[in-house]
Amino acid sequence: MKNPDALRKSIFSLVFGLIFIFSGLSFYRSRHLKEPLVAGDGLLEVKKLSDYFPGIKGSINDANVYVLAEKISGAAGGAALVLGGSHAEEPAGRLAAWLLVENALVERGRVFIIPTANPSASTSTRPGGAYPPDYEITTPWGKQKFRQGDRWSNPLDQWPDPEVYIHYPSRQQLAYMDIRNQNRTWPGRPEGTMTEKTCYAMTQLIIKEKIDLVIDLHEAELQYPVISTIVAHQKGEDLAALASMMISGEEGFNIGVEYSPVALRGLSHREIGDHTPAIPLLLETPEPFLDATRGKTDRELLLTGKDEFVMRAGRHGLLFERLDEKGWPIEVRVGRHLSSIIQILKVWTELHPDRPILMENVPRYAEVISSGIGYYLKNPEGAPPGKLFYE
Amino acid sequence: MATLITVLYYLLVAFFAACFLHNFRRSKNWQTEALYLIVLLPFLLRLFRLK
Repeated sequence: MKNPDALRKSIFSLVFGLIFIFSGLSFYRSRHLKEPLVAGDGLLEVKKLSDYFPGIKGSINDANVYVLAEKISGAAGGAALVLGGSHAEEPAGRLAAWLLVENALVERGRVFIIPTANPSASTSTRPGGAYPPDYEITTPWGKQKFRQGDRWSNPLDQWPDPEVYIHYPSRQQLAYMDIRNQNRTWPGRPEGTMTEKTCYAMTQLIIKEKIDLVIDLHEAELQYPVISTIVAHQKGEDLAALASMMISGEEGFNIGVEYSPVALRGLSHREIGDHTPAIPLLLETPEPFLDATRGKTDRELLLTGKDEFVMRAGRHGLLFERLDEKGWPIEVRVGRHLSSIIQILKVWTELHPDRPILMENVPRYAEVISSGIGYYLKNPEGAPPGKLFYE
Repeated sequence: MATLITVLYYLLVAFFAACFLHNFRRSKNWQTEALYLIVLLPFLLRLFRLK
């Protein structure tokens, strides 16, 4: 080529094209990763959120709702809703909900489970936070890959953000990006943003299915004071306090109780209690991956919860939860969520014998730590007909 | 309203992406050319709804 400028531009364009193709493919695969879920024998049916609010049909957030119940006895008891992945970057919540769908048997009442309550958020990661796109759980039959996700709905699905987010219906002013935060958009509204519509659909589910109890599964950074706790609406104070005592006595770990602040709007533990007959509880486990002073933000940190820099913050008294060389492994965090759910439902049934919710075959804290999460995940290749779903 | 704003936003992204490409073609300096391509990348990723 005689013209050196043209030759240089051609080389630059070629290199740019390759970078664009490879990065684009990587992002596309990450956003469209299908996660297989093999429902257990406890599954009665699978619904969609759009069954409760058609306005969300066709949206990425038309999430799967797994209904666990016995056909005959189900209607006689109470009903609980378990939410995982409201904040997709908090994997213990999603994994705990996943294990419930794959293993739990409900003998009385009905348990509704949404493992990916904000599917859009599960397709995004935080570019400035160097989040990994996914992580893998080792199982006896191989490795199962899960999307990592972010705290907020994907900007590809909801954009742009306003200057200030005004919460509906309280009109409280919140941070602009929290208009994509599913735990700031309760109770939602039918003409709102995608994230608000998702919360509205779940609110309709709670009302139409006569849900008694909502358990929203989360994780928290260790530098945040609301950690290792049950956050309870005032309607659920007794339930949470009793469950906390039962967990401490029977499950081998301690969990506190916090009361939902009346002035902080948009959160599940506040708005579900105020706008529906259900009692909302929010569970928090420690996730060092979320701490701002963390070191390398990789899959290992996500799964082991070991970080020397967060530990150093602890030595300066900056943490609200202990952190040592053992870290906070994902098994511990998932086990805490599962045992907490077991005890909450047990206490609920004792307090409300007319609306019992009896759930069996759920791996407990000690079992998950000893056997690992993968032990309880089912192989999609051996899934019985009609039991394989994708999140 | 949100849909209209979203459409305008994508038109804006497309406009700037076109500007960068145009400037890349006209530039005679290799450093400026590289800079235009680097800046163009996130615009294209958003335009094609990849990131």
